Order: sequence, then C-alpha cells, then structure tokens
Amino acid sequence: MPGLISDASAVPAGRVNDFVIKFANVNGTGSASANSLIMKAIFRMGVPVTGKNYFPSNIQGLPTWYEIRVTRDAYAARASHVDIMVAMNAETYSKDVRELKSGGYLIYDSTWPRSSLLQRGDINVIAVPLAKLVNENFDGVRNRILLKNIAYAGVLAALLNVDLEVISGLLRESYGKKPKLLDSNTKALRLGYDYVKQHLESPLSLRVEHMDKTRGHIMIDGNTAAGLGCVFAGATVGAWYPITPSTSLMDAFKGFCERYRVDAATGERNFAVLQAEDELAAVGMVIGASWNGARAFTPTSGPGVSLMNEFLGLAYYAEVPCVIFDVQRVGPSTGMPTRTQQGDIMLCAYASHGDTRHVLLFPANPEECFYMAAQAFDLAERLQTPVFVLSDLDIGMNDWMCPDLKWDDAYKPDRGKVLSKEELDGLDKFYRYVDRDDDAIPYRTLPGSSSKGAYFTRGSGHNQYGGYTEDSAEYQFVLDRLKRKFSTAAKIVPKPVFIGKGGCSVGIVSVGSCDGAIREALDVLSHQKIEVDYLRVKSFPFTVEVEAFLKSHTTIFVVEQNRDAQLKSLIILETAVEKSKLFSILSYSGLPMSAQPIVDEIRAKLGEEPRLTAVKS
Amino acid sequence: MSFINKPKVAHPSLPTNDLGLTRRQYEGTMSTLCAGCGHDSVTAAVIEACWGLSLRPEQLVKLSGIGCSSKTTSYFVSGSHGFNSVHGRMPSIASGANAANRSLTYVGVSGDGDSLSIGVGQLTHAIRRNVNMLYLIENNGVYGLTKGQFSASADIGTKAKRGEVNASPPIDPVLLALTLGATFVARSFSGDKAQLVPLIQAGMRHNGFALIDVLSPCVTFNDHEGSTKSYTFTREHYQPVVEADFVPHAAEIAVDYAAGESIPVSLHDGSRVVLRKLDPTYDPGDRTAAYNYIEKKLKQNEYVTGLIHIDESDNTEFHNLNQTPKVPLNSIPFEKLNPGAAALEKLMGRYR
Repeated sequence: MPGLISDASAVPAGRVNDFVIKFANVNGTGSASANSLIMKAIFRMGVPVTGKNYFPSNIQGLPTWYEIRVTRDAYAARASHVDIMVAMNAETYSKDVRELKSGGYLIYDSTWPRSSLLQRGDINVIAVPLAKLVNENFDGVRNRILLKNIAYAGVLAALLNVDLEVISGLLRESYGKKPKLLDSNTKALRLGYDYVKQHLESPLSLRVEHMDKTRGHIMIDGNTAAGLGCVFAGATVGAWYPITPSTSLMDAFKGFCERYRVDAATGERNFAVLQAEDELAAVGMVIGASWNGARAFTPTSGPGVSLMNEFLGLAYYAEVPCVIFDVQRVGPSTGMPTRTQQGDIMLCAYASHGDTRHVLLFPANPEECFYMAAQAFDLAERLQTPVFVLSDLDIGMNDWMCPDLKWDDAYKPDRGKVLSKEELDGLDKFYRYVDRDDDAIPYRTLPGSSSKGAYFTRGSGHNQYGGYTEDSAEYQFVLDRLKRKFSTAAKIVPKPVFIGKGGCSVGIVSVGSCDGAIREALDVLSHQKIEVDYLRVKSFPFTVEVEAFLKSHTTIFVVEQNRDAQLKSLIILETAVEKSKLFSILSYSGLPMSAQPIVDEIRAKLGEEPRLTAVKS
Repeated sequence: MSFINKPKVAHPSLPTNDLGLTRRQYEGTMSTLCAGCGHDSVTAAVIEACWGLSLRPEQLVKLSGIGCSSKTTSYFVSGSHGFNSVHGRMPSIASGANAANRSLTYVGVSGDGDSLSIGVGQLTHAIRRNVNMLYLIENNGVYGLTKGQFSASADIGTKAKRGEVNASPPIDPVLLALTLGATFVARSFSGDKAQLVPLIQAGMRHNGFALIDVLSPCVTFNDHEGSTKSYTFTREHYQPVVEADFVPHAAEIAVDYAAGESIPVSLHDGSRVVLRKLDPTYDPGDRTAAYNYIEKKLKQNEYVTGLIHIDESDNTEFHNLNQTPKVPLNSIPFEKLNPGAAALEKLMGRYR
C-alpha cells in the first residue's frame, strides 16, 4: 500500500456509522465549508451526526478544529476520543497526533513529508499530497487554499465510503448558479477521491453506510433556531450589541425578517433591528419597545448581561416585559469568548441590585431554542417581567440534529393583561399596580391608547397606584406582591422533562446542553446495570415537579458546566432540598460536555458509598 | 402624603385650544423642586407648547433619566404616559419606544449630568440614530440632588457654592449635537418663555432628533456670584441670534416679515417655523458656519440662543432609513408577522 506509511499495531475492528472525525485547520482558510460538506453528506445518507466547532477568538491564522461525530445511536454529546484526525495545520501536528485514539487514522498533506508523525506506532498514517494535487490543477493562491479543503473532503469520501453523489448534490445546491465554482469544487473533490481510489486501500473499516435515521430531521444551530423563533413569535423590535457567541442569533432574525417581513410591493419592513452602542442601550431599547407594546428582545452573552444589570432591575420593579437570550460563554471577564459554559445561571437569576428574581428558561438544543422563543415572549408579557433564555455557545453555534421545526397556526400570542381603550373607558379609574385578579399580576396600558390609562413608569419607590412613595408600608406592599408574582410564574413556566424508569433512589438533575451527555451516560450506566432517574429542569422558578423529584431521590447528582455549582446553589436556595443529598458533577473546560466523566463520577460515588444499595440492578 | 395631586378644577372662563382643553388639562403633579428652580419654568413652557399645539395628551410620551430635570416629566401632561428610567439611559428607552410606535410624539427631559456625563454615550448615539424626538436638556452646570458637585457642562473658572473653581473644559451640548449632525439644534433660557415655547413646538414637530439646550439655573447650588450658570450671569450673557415663530398647520402667517430677515421653513407635518435672524450674517442652515459662530461666542462667554441649526431636507430619521411602515410596529396584526406553518415546513428543506 503506497500511501499507508505506517502499519498500525492495533487495527480497530470495523465500526460502521460510529466514529469521530476531527479536522485540524487554520482559521480563515475556508475549511468550515468542506467540514460541513462532509457532515451534511453523512446526514443525508440517513446517519445521525453532530458537529462541534472549536474555534479561536480570531479572524485569520490561529488553529481551529471541527469535530464530526458519526453516531448511529444519535447521541448529541461530544465524544471524548478521536478516531480520524484530518491534520491540516502544521502548527498543531504534534498535539493533534497525540489526541488520536490508539488504532486511529491520521490523514495529512504529504506534499511536505513529516517524519515526526511516525513517532506513534499505534496509529495509521494516511499520506495524501493534497497541496501538490491542488497546485497542479488550479491557479491562484486563495483558490488553491480553498480547494485543498474540498480535496480532503474527497479523500474522506473515498476512505469512509461517503456517497459521492450525495456530496455532488450538495455542491450543486451551493454553487448551482455559479457554474465555474461548481466545476472547480467538483474537480477538487474528484482529485482527492480518485487519489485514494488509485493509491490507497479503501474504504476503511471505519466507514459510513446508508441508514434511515435522519428522516424528518434537520441540522441547525440554536442561534438560527432562536432567531427564527423570534420571527414566529411576532417579535418586531430587536436590539443588540454584537458579542460572540450570540451574534448569529440577530443575524438570523434579520435574515428571516428580510425573507418574511418585507412587503414585496412597497419594500416596507415590519421589523426594526437596532444595533446599539452597548448592551446597556440594547436592553434599554428592548424595555422601551416592550413598554410600548412591541415584542422586543436582545441576544447577548455573559459580559452583556453584566452590563444590563441596572436596567434589568428597572424592568423587574417597574414590571416591563423583556426577553433576553443569553448565549453563555466562558467567563469570568472576557474569559474564553469562543468556548462554552453555563456560567451565568446565578447572574441571571438575581440580576441587579436589590431584591430581584428573574424567570429563566433552559433550552437543551436548537429545537427548544425555537419553541422557547415564543414561550419566552408569552411569559414575559403575561408576567410583565424580564425572561432569560439561557442558551450557550455549544447549542447556539454548533449544528445539531433536530426533528423538523413545526408551527401550529392556531397559536395566539399571550400579550398579557393589557387594557384596551374600550376596556379603559369602562373603568372608573385605572391604577397600574393593583392586583385585581389575586394572581399578583397587575394590568398595564400602552402609550397612545387613552389618557385615562396614562401612568408614570418609574424605578423609584412607588405604591400600588403607581404614585411615587417613600412610605415603608406602601413600598413593602408592592415588593411583597412582586414576590407572589414569582409564585404565579412557577405555575406557568415550562415543566421539567423526566427520563428514567422511575422509582430509583439515585437521580440526576441538570439543565440545558448537558442533556446529550447525560442521556448517553444513562445508557452506559444502564448497560452496567446501574439505573438512574434524570430530571431536566427547563425553567426557573422551579416547578412543583422539581421539588417532588428532589424529595423522592436520596442521592442526587447535579450536572452542570461551571466551576461553582451554580445550579446546585440555586436549588439549595430555592427549594426545600436537604443539601447533603446533592453531589456536583462539573465541567468547565470550555468544551461541550461528554458522557464519560458523568459515568465515571457516578460510578465512583456509588462505589464509595455502599449504602446506596437501593440502586436497581 | 406620598404624592401630591393637584385639583383639576378649571375655571369656566379659561381659554381652550382646538381640542376644547384648557392649559390646566396639560398640567401634571405638583413640582417638588426648589422654589424658583429654572426647571419649573421649562415645565410651564412645555405645558404651554403642548396646549398651543392642541396635542392630544395620550399622543405624547414623556421620557426621562435621573436627576432634578428628569423628575419634571411628572409635572406636565398627566394624561400621557411617562417613563422615568435609569440615570443617563433615557435615550435608549426612547429609541426602543419610538421603534415600537412611530406615531406618537416623544419628549425626553434630561439634565446636564444625565446627558453629558453618565449619559453622554446614549445621547450621542440617539442623535446619530436620528430618533424622532424632542430632547430637552435642562442645563444648570451642577448636580443638585447630591448637593452641588460640578457637572460636565460647568465652564472653566466658574465657582461652586462652596468656593471650588472648575478647571475642566465644559462639554457643550449644542456643539456636540452639531458635530454629530443633528438636524435641529437650539439653545434657550428658562427665563425666556417667549423664545422657548415656539422652539419646543417646532422641536416636537421636527421629523428627527431635536435638541434644545435650556439654560436653567439652579437656585440652590448654582445661583451665586462667580457662577456662569446663575440667573444674573445668564441674563447678561445670552444672545438670541435666530428667533423662531411656530406656525401651526392650519394657521396663516399673520405677521409680515421683512424680506431677507425671515426664513419660513416647512416642517414634516405641514406646519412651519419662521426664523427671524437677529444677526443678519448668521445662516442657521449652514451647520459648519453655525458651529464656528457658537464656538467663537462661547469663548467670549456669550451663550448664543435661538434656533441655531435646522435642516428639514434631511431624511435620515430612523424609520425613514429603516423603511418601517406608517402603521406602528406594535399595531401590525400577528398574522402579518408570523410566516405560518406552511412557510416553516418549506424552510426546513434548507437544513437537510
């Protein structure tokens, strides 16, 4: 075999539709399109995939990685190993070689041979002179850089048995209107593909075969789904300050609005996107627009929420709806802007000075980002308060396999208690903060409707009639009602998802993007005869179901992606749970969570405590 | 008593406007500012301006930040919605509110601390965004509620009540607005109601961001000798350059203006503002010339007042650029905003 310059000592057994490919690239070289081309082709062959992008906070030149997990069992989490490394960045060769699993495959550009790669005897090195192939066939520096990516996609297609016709179809969809680009891309694809077919043995034992497990599914990232959700929810005002990893949410909203909200005849646009001077202004605009009766939102990340704190207190106290998508990244401070974390739970739950509590929603995947957008607006307007959707970089920026998004045309937005002019005419007098329905939610009016409904919105002390006050009793009366309003919220926020057989003494509680890793861990544990119940919390305030789960389990692992166990802290503060029952499983590396650490930690804990015999076998 | 309600009993002989409303019906709650505060005169001018425009109270939206000036939105037109937000951040509330409903009249009231220190970022960006609103700065050069610290508009050499002399250069809101390309920039004095009322009316009718810097002395902390923002100093050093008469939509111009000295300017809604140049060399349409003129006079300790700059030909107002429909965004039926299940189903093909 001329291409295989190292025979592996441990050749892996054939693994169909179950392996991990990692691409090591240089940022800004156009590798993303080749990587997603491969991923999408596998997806179209009916095989479940996930894609995780590990990119630097940089425009061009720094190392970047993309990881495709081919997963016949449709696991959503990152795998903690690499089977095939496409090593396209000389700068990171040694790190990339080290990361490869024993028996794995290393594909590299042998235009410049690397003897150092041979240092590991337990991997298969696949050498393809990619640059040489591309340089012989194409002109132009930039063109060659871009097409080299497509060439390695061709190499992978041959090695992994990816359907060439499916890839060609994808290229036709991308470049159908640009025949020159279509030609060059197709040619580059064939260069790589044919080289393998002529010089190497293919396909590998790790390979792809057609399945039928992606029908009715899409590949989408959470920010796109959330932006689309805002369009469907009827949001008309979006205000924002660009910040990674939330930027693509507003890009998506704007893009979909340009598609669905522009009058073809007049060019009139039924939406407004305001790029603010900072996050303080962004949330101020959202508060102003929501106060004035529009559905308005802002996408941001942790540093943005830090800046928004003062305004969030105003919105809470003056009872103005607003929706904030916090696509969490690694903090504190600037942290690692392009890495994922769930580090804003406490920040958002109690944002601002004074006594405040905010409604949080925790989507676990892009599908929920879409549906939770409408839920967030409904809740914000029903409760007249800020609502956070706490996504994260992993959900927001990575492509996830999700069931098709669907919409029910019977949906009517819940605009909450807003009095119309006619309703105001029928009233003797309007008072802004009186609890007329005994649910702690007052009635509001919109500017422009009627002078009878006019009131003065203020963040300063006010009584239930909306008047300024420094009177202790009057102040406390309003503050106590706000606390009761949070109890009302607990009755209407999304309920948690329970997974398990029930009746186990051991449970897992978690939120958001830990879900994929936990579900996979549950399967692994189940194979090892360890059964664990799992409750995925979807909202704060915690609902009665959360309280019941905490009560009915004797050992509870709280899984989350931050150092300080913020979810666990919130549970201890806000429920009646006995603190000693809770054990943290934490991940705060900046990488999406994988299943193995969860399995290991649960096994270790249960092993060290033999009294936990209530675990079903 | 936690707040004071003024009795709304109107004498039957009080004059009414086109809506049949008296001036009393444009008042708000009782002012809690110090007796003699310039801000109360500005409040009175706003009431007079709204009454004179026959503005429906519910068509007005009052916005403010934090400070003595920001309290005044409660003191006029109690029939309109008010929003007293956080310190220095009123422009963002106004921007969002205006985005949601372009059909209302937005008046923001702020002070020199609220606008030129903590809020200078938001003010400049609201000007840049060209939000359709009137923005009044009640400028007294001093922080009142925290007992007399200099603000960013304090002139070099002005003396604080406690004797301290200011050494830092002032930020002049008029020069700032001119630099940023504002299309309606005026300065006035709280003690000159005849000048201020038509400026407020014209500013409310201007299609875009209208800034009026109102010199409004603080009787408690900045009205002493040695202060350049006292009543006495202001009276002695303010210099009207272009007076503006506001002519409502329906009315005819009743007064004859001498040719060459008066310039009628048509506003967006069909009303007009007639400018009377008190300095024949001054051109309020020339932004650069206006800037140079104001700066030169400031160096001579002269506050130029009047309608300093107006450009009605400008079409960069936020909604014009955004191509928002005439119907306010908050009134578009949900069915028009939601693409529907069929569109979503079709879209899914893009993600396979």
